[in-house]
Order: sequence, then structure tokens, then C-alpha cells
Amino acid sequence: MLPCTGRIEESLLLKAFENGADGVMVIGCLEGDCHYVSGNIRAKARVNRVYSILEKIDIGAERIRMYNLSAGEGAKFAAFANEFVNTIHELGPSPINTRREQENIKAPQEEMP
Amino acid sequence: MITGTPKPIEEILEMVEPYDTIILAGCHGCVTVCRVGGHKEVEVLASTLRLAREAAGKPINIKEISLERQCDPEYIESMRPFVEDYQAVLSIACGAGIQFLAEKFTHTPLLPGINTGFLGVTERQGEWAERCQGCGDCVLHLTGGICPVTRCAKQLFHGPCGGSMAGICEVSKDVPCGWQLIIDRLKALNQMDNYTKLKPYKGWDSSRDGGPRRIIREDMI
Repeated sequence: MLPCTGRIEESLLLKAFENGADGVMVIGCLEGDCHYVSGNIRAKARVNRVYSILEKIDIGAERIRMYNLSAGEGAKFAAFANEFVNTIHELGPSPINTRREQENIKAPQEEMP
Repeated sequence: MITGTPKPIEEILEMVEPYDTIILAGCHGCVTVCRVGGHKEVEVLASTLRLAREAAGKPINIKEISLERQCDPEYIESMRPFVEDYQAVLSIACGAGIQFLAEKFTHTPLLPGINTGFLGVTERQGEWAERCQGCGDCVLHLTGGICPVTRCAKQLFHGPCGGSMAGICEVSKDVPCGWQLIIDRLKALNQMDNYTKLKPYKGWDSSRDGGPRRIIREDMI
């Protein structure tokens, strides 16, 4: 359980892909509205760094994305989630999962720290 | 601190290509502070390498560790029980740490994961600047705390050269003239007489002219 996107480390995002995620969406509070002042801005920088890593290793930068919305915007949340899920469906499984499927290897599901 | 920058991931992948099992070793010293080789960077690089290698159909087993310091033998020894269980060690410590590992573990290839930079300071988050070249003969007490060896592109010891224009060095519009900084500071401190105390020439025998240097403190041996 993370109280703020500012607590998300780059390694945690990458671990999600190692554990079999085809896409990761990070949803933070609106910029300027962070309860911890700049948690969502820090998260944005970290997501951008992971974006760059995924691009370089051909996993696909578009498999990670950060959205910002307030806790009262349920409809917007649903719209963002549908949009991202559709993007990932269009992209298909990540290269990791494609290979695991071909070789019948299960994704390691490590307990998150 | 000793600063550094990460090597491009493509270069690291090429280095580790022959190996299936490696140790990825970080350091809790300078490289943690400049965010290039600490525990967090070990985690990120290990995940990146595992993902890239698995996607390429050649998975890699990585043992992640972070030593307190890679430049002190007692911390390095903690790796000895398992180092030969792996085909190589990828270190993201500074060049000194990497070389010390290589000296201690002679049967294991050592790979550098970062490019070591310089002795510098953190000017703001994400920006570091050089301040010391370790010349071995400090004159900061005479130069207002500003080093002519580091801050002057020509390492001059007698004031600004003809390439100094409006306080800027000729090497780049982003580099202030070191000697202009020194003179301004000495004037502000009312210590301009220090300018006449500087040596007419600097002896470089304490610098790198004699090859790799060594400090022996008899009182500590």
C-alpha cells in the first residue's frame, strides 16, 4: 500500500514488468495538489526515467504511463483506465511475456518489499 | 565526492553479453550520493538487465549487493565467499572501487557500469561540478577558497590570461574565469595581498607527474 505516488521507486515499476505486467499505469494526484507537496512531481520524473529505460531495452515505452486526477474524479479514472487498457491490448503482450508464453515459463511473482 | 555517470545500457548489455550469472555490486559511498551507483541504482540496473536479457532470449542471473565502500578491503572481503560462484562482477562504484575489486578477486572479470567523473560538489539536485584535482599542494588559503588548478582551464598561478573576457573563460561561455573569481573573492575579503604570496611557479611533483600516487602515514601504520 503506497500512500503517495512519491513513494514509488523506479525499481518497483521495473519489477512489475519482471513479474509479468504488460503495462503499468501510475495514477497520482493533480499537480499542485499533492498532500506531501511534491510527491506526484517526483513520481512523474521517475516514471519518465522508466519510460526511457523501457524504450532503450525494446520493451516499449508506451507500456508505462502516468495519469493525474483527483480522488473525486471516478468517471475520469474509469476513462483513463479504459484508455490505457485498450492501448496495452493493441500492443499485445510484452516481449517478456511473449517469450515466456512460447517457452511455457511462469512469471515470478515476488512479494513486493 | 567522486562523481560519475551511468554507462549507456547498450554498452553494459554488450559487456555482460558473454555471461549468464553475474554479481552487480553497488557502493554506499560517493556514488550513492551522486545517484549513480548506490543500492537503488543496483536494483534498477539489475531489473533493466534481466528484462533486456529475457526479452532477447538469454536470461541472466544477477546477485544484487551493495558494499559499504568498495575502496576499503574489509568490505570487499564480504564478497569473497560467493564471488567465484558467478562468472563476472559488474560494479557501479567509482573507478577506484572497481579496480580494488579486480585486485582482490583475480579470477573473476570485473566490468565497469559507470563512467567515473571528478572530485566535485552537488550544486543542485542532478547537477555536479568539479572543485578539486587532487594536485597534492593546496593553496586555497591564498586564493579565497577558489582553486586555480581546477577552476582555471590553463591551471595558471599568476592571474587571468588573455582569454578571460568579462569574467568568462575562453573555453566556454558557461565557464567563469577561475582567476576572475579568485580576484573578486580576494577583494571582497580584503586579502589582495595574498596575490603577491603565490608561488612564482607551482611544483607538480605532488601531482600526477610521478605516476600513480601513494600516501603513507607512518603514524597510522
